[in-house]
Amino acid sequence: MNLTEFLHMGGYAVYVWTSYGIALLILLINIVLPLRQRRKLLTDIARTARRARRES
Amino acid sequence: MFNNFFHRLASPRHFYRIAGALIPWLAGACLLLSMAGLYYGLVVAPPDYQQGDSYRIMFIHVPAAWMSLFIYVVMAGTGAIGLIWRMKLAEVVAISSAPIGASFTFLALVTGSIWGKPMWGTWWVWDARLTSELILLFLYLGVIALHGAIEDRRIAARAVAILALVGVINIPIIHYSVEWWNTLHQGPTVTKFGKPSIDISMLIPLLLMALAFKLYYAFVVLMRARCEVLERERNAGWVRELVERR
Repeated sequence: MNLTEFLHMGGYAVYVWTSYGIALLILLINIVLPLRQRRKLLTDIARTARRARRES
Repeated sequence: MFNNFFHRLASPRHFYRIAGALIPWLAGACLLLSMAGLYYGLVVAPPDYQQGDSYRIMFIHVPAAWMSLFIYVVMAGTGAIGLIWRMKLAEVVAISSAPIGASFTFLALVTGSIWGKPMWGTWWVWDARLTSELILLFLYLGVIALHGAIEDRRIAARAVAILALVGVINIPIIHYSVEWWNTLHQGPTVTKFGKPSIDISMLIPLLLMALAFKLYYAFVVLMRARCEVLERERNAGWVRELVERR
């Protein structure tokens, strides 16, 4: 089987690759979101801690 | 010793550390299994005698649909544990599961729609399986919205658990919908009694992808749960220490 044939998916290329593409996108978003949230939280907590120290 | 392990796991501080150590391993195993699943599913498995190559959408669609049900049961179960025993970590897992479950439900619906177009000639029909799965998506979105609407995190967790438990009624309805009603959606081919009516060359990638999705859920729910624990414990000493060490 060659690459063109593989990508062609027996004429269903649009349907098959759209499905796999959407799946990849959704799965990646679900990894990126908590990563970003964690970084944001940690900087936020650090800032609050610094401010508390300065005031005390 | 075993008791001690669970006791420590239930403390937010240890949970945060243990989860952090587990995540890379789970993610690595997930990546390996999905690579194998994609290879067997897209390259090795032959085209279907009726559906040609379009059936390959199944390797995403079916595991995603299984996960949508599985995660809901986990969410309702941990929600119930949080309600009854006031176990904070169970509440954290319950609410962390909701966005992942919603994602898999959405994925199952969208890939089903894309598969339905060439096979059934329509993107959508209001048949029992599709409608009950759409209700599942709304249940997940309801849980997320309810949690976001209540400021106090512990009250929010209890409200969410009750909503999730009421929605459990939908799970057997989704599962048996293709048997109870005459639907356009095909019946089960894997969980059928006796011999599954799916060829082994298609069953292997399907199970590989299903396992990969399970592992995906495991590490992503831990990632989300760690964030939730940090947020809840932001004033605790160990979080301060953690932040200062950075």
